[in-house]
Amino acid sequence: MSTSSSLLNIQGLDKSFQTEQQSVQALRQIELDVKEGEFVTVIGPSGCGKSTLLRIIAGLDTGYEGSVKLGGQPITGPGIDKGFIFQEPRLFPWLTVEKNIAADLSLRDKDVRRRVDELIELVKLKGFEQAYPKALSGGMAQRVAIARALLRNPRILLLDEPFGALDAFTRAHMQEVLLDIWERNGTTMILVTHDIDEAVFLGNRIIILKPRPGEIRGRVTVDLPYPRKKSSAGFQEFRYKVLNEFERIDELAFGEAGAGI
Amino acid sequence: MREQAHTLPSGTLTAQRRRVRTGSGGFGRHFLVAALLPAIILVVWQWAGSTGRVSPLLLPSPLAIGEAFVRLSLSGELFIQLWHSLVRASTGVFYGSLAALLLGGIVGLSRTVRKLVDPSLQLLRLTPSLATAPIIILWFGFGETSKIVIIGFGAFFPLYMSMVQSILGVDSKLTEVTRVLAFGRGKQLTRLVLPAALPGILSGLRLSIAYGWLGLVVAELLGSQSGIGYLMSHAQTNSQPEVIFVGVIIFAVMGKLIDLFVVTIERRLLRWRDSFTGN
Ligand SMILES: Nc1ncnc2c1ncn2[C@@H]1O[C@H](COP(=O)(O)OP(=O)(O)O)[C@@H](O)[C@H]1O
Ligand SMILES: [Mg+2]
Repeated sequence: MSTSSSLLNIQGLDKSFQTEQQSVQALRQIELDVKEGEFVTVIGPSGCGKSTLLRIIAGLDTGYEGSVKLGGQPITGPGIDKGFIFQEPRLFPWLTVEKNIAADLSLRDKDVRRRVDELIELVKLKGFEQAYPKALSGGMAQRVAIARALLRNPRILLLDEPFGALDAFTRAHMQEVLLDIWERNGTTMILVTHDIDEAVFLGNRIIILKPRPGEIRGRVTVDLPYPRKKSSAGFQEFRYKVLNEFERIDELAFGEAGAGI
Repeated sequence: MREQAHTLPSGTLTAQRRRVRTGSGGFGRHFLVAALLPAIILVVWQWAGSTGRVSPLLLPSPLAIGEAFVRLSLSGELFIQLWHSLVRASTGVFYGSLAALLLGGIVGLSRTVRKLVDPSLQLLRLTPSLATAPIIILWFGFGETSKIVIIGFGAFFPLYMSMVQSILGVDSKLTEVTRVLAFGRGKQLTRLVLPAALPGILSGLRLSIAYGWLGLVVAELLGSQSGIGYLMSHAQTNSQPEVIFVGVIIFAVMGKLIDLFVVTIERRLLRWRDSFTGN
């Protein structure tokens, strides 16, 4: 796994939304460089622009200022080189598991068939190829969505609070599945979460965002070896580091509110 | 794998079977209860007829209607006229729904065409078909064409409406998925828009067929040389009220049978949706 060359480069990114009465600045002066094969987690309270950041990288949101480049090329729109996992699995309810993974591709194509079978194995859904989404649990459905994105061999996988709707046990299981995929495939990942444990458990690097306007408030490099144990002293140390950054944000927010009184 | 144990496909199959069984048991009892009132009415009706309390010219007795039914069936007359009606209705519904699918599809997919065409069609939709029938006859004469147009006109709107609505109602979250996966225009239609719109299209089609059937009655009663409606107006001029009643019953029973047929097809095509919405 090469972790030397830069894959995603963001410089001076500003994004604001115009609503009827006002303009909301969602992101301000974001600087981020993600290297090939890295696993970056982005954490911050709700409304701090996490989804907006991911959507811009995915090419779903345009109309920003600054430069966002993937592999040196400016991002002009969505494409299969940028995989996206939403909080909800968003499967096509009329397609079976394997057809959902194939999506616009045909399973009659031998190459697609083989890759889909491999991915079903990878996300541990063997035996459910013919099931419809209605029959799946939340965790299984999200694994189908991950397989669907991976089939396109994306250069980067963007995950927007992918396990936020799952119960704690399923979430822990999904985190392990995702790490397993990352270690086998080496796909570069950016995962957005508001769960500190999740951010520390998964990331090489944690980006901490603060709201109003969304800005990067801290960066923590997690140099713990995988697999990580959530109960270990090293893990707790990084947890506290991130928590500390959050407390700084709280003080800041409190200070601003105080100044207003 | 903990979370998989309770969602094995075999478990859901038995659940489905159980649902069907209790459903049919309930159906038998329901049917008996529902048939009670018509049975009482039939008995009283027959009694009133055979004792001469009601004139057979106004209300022929059930037995007389049954006799007429057997006579018309044996002579083959009933089936010939029913065949004419069915061909006529199918032709009208076919053209009407084809136009609805095409126009509704274009209006649903193109914002420009929608702004241009939809308001006018909405106005036309609110015109009762009984009111438009004389105009259609004025333009197309008393021949077969005007009948097809009346039926087609009735069948057009329900399907057109649901076509437009269901295309516009495609889940924008899924549309976003097709953007992320970079679907081509064709796949966008066949893998997203059509399947997503299918439930709406089918229920629109069901309404369209019902309206087409209504149009058939209007068209045939307004003057026709064949069909069940012809049989009825012919019987009217020849004072054969029992034949009129046979016609009414045929219209009702056929309408119900056709509806059942469409519902069956609907179930088949929407298995992905129905299989787990029980309880
Ligand atoms: N489409 C939009 N129109 C207007 N405002 C938006 C839109 N999307 C996001 N915002 C605003 O931008 C800010 C960041 O939103 P978002 O990126 O969804 O935050 P997060 O994902 O961190 O919860 C919020 O204040 C939100 O109200
Ligand atoms: Mg969000």
